[in-house]
Amino acid sequence: MAEDVLNKIDEKIKKNKVMLYMKGTPDFPQCGFSAHTVEILKSYGFPFATEDVLADPAVREGIKRYSNWPTIPQVYIDGKFVGGCDIVHELHERGELEPMLKSAFSS
Amino acid sequence: MISPEEIKQTLSKALPVTLVETQDLTGGGDHWQVIVVSAAFEGKGLIEQHRMVNEALKEPMADQRIHALSLKTFSPAQWEKIGT
Repeated sequence: MAEDVLNKIDEKIKKNKVMLYMKGTPDFPQCGFSAHTVEILKSYGFPFATEDVLADPAVREGIKRYSNWPTIPQVYIDGKFVGGCDIVHELHERGELEPMLKSAFSS
Repeated sequence: MISPEEIKQTLSKALPVTLVETQDLTGGGDHWQVIVVSAAFEGKGLIEQHRMVNEALKEPMADQRIHALSLKTFSPAQWEKIGT
């Protein structure tokens, strides 16, 4: 059962160039950190997929195990864990996020 | 609820910190923004740096004395470069 969730998560992360696990949806985020992360991602104009962890407790716990990261939101680019709100914010400010996104969408 | 002193103490026991700056974001003592400068971050990516701090603060986070933690981590060289 628990492994099923991890497999499902892994599949989604590999299928989507940018995958965001968040609380709520991009239009109705349920947490300030998730809202801020959506805002940053939107600013680049690349498409991104999201999953609302509040809709499924198994995913909410599973994603933390998957990345061994204690908090949500979590951003994955090109199948790799990038970080949560703080790190994405920092990469955005340093100008390092755009090249990561560009390279994901050019591959 | 946790005091800034306890955050500093806990971190300096786990890491060679040169600076820990805490800000209580809500006044309730459980939502913190913490800046950590440590030589242990040298050459490490942000994920790894944050993991080290999360690991050091595992207990107060697990028992909810820290409910939300916003982190900024720097190596001493990075910290000097931003000049604050």
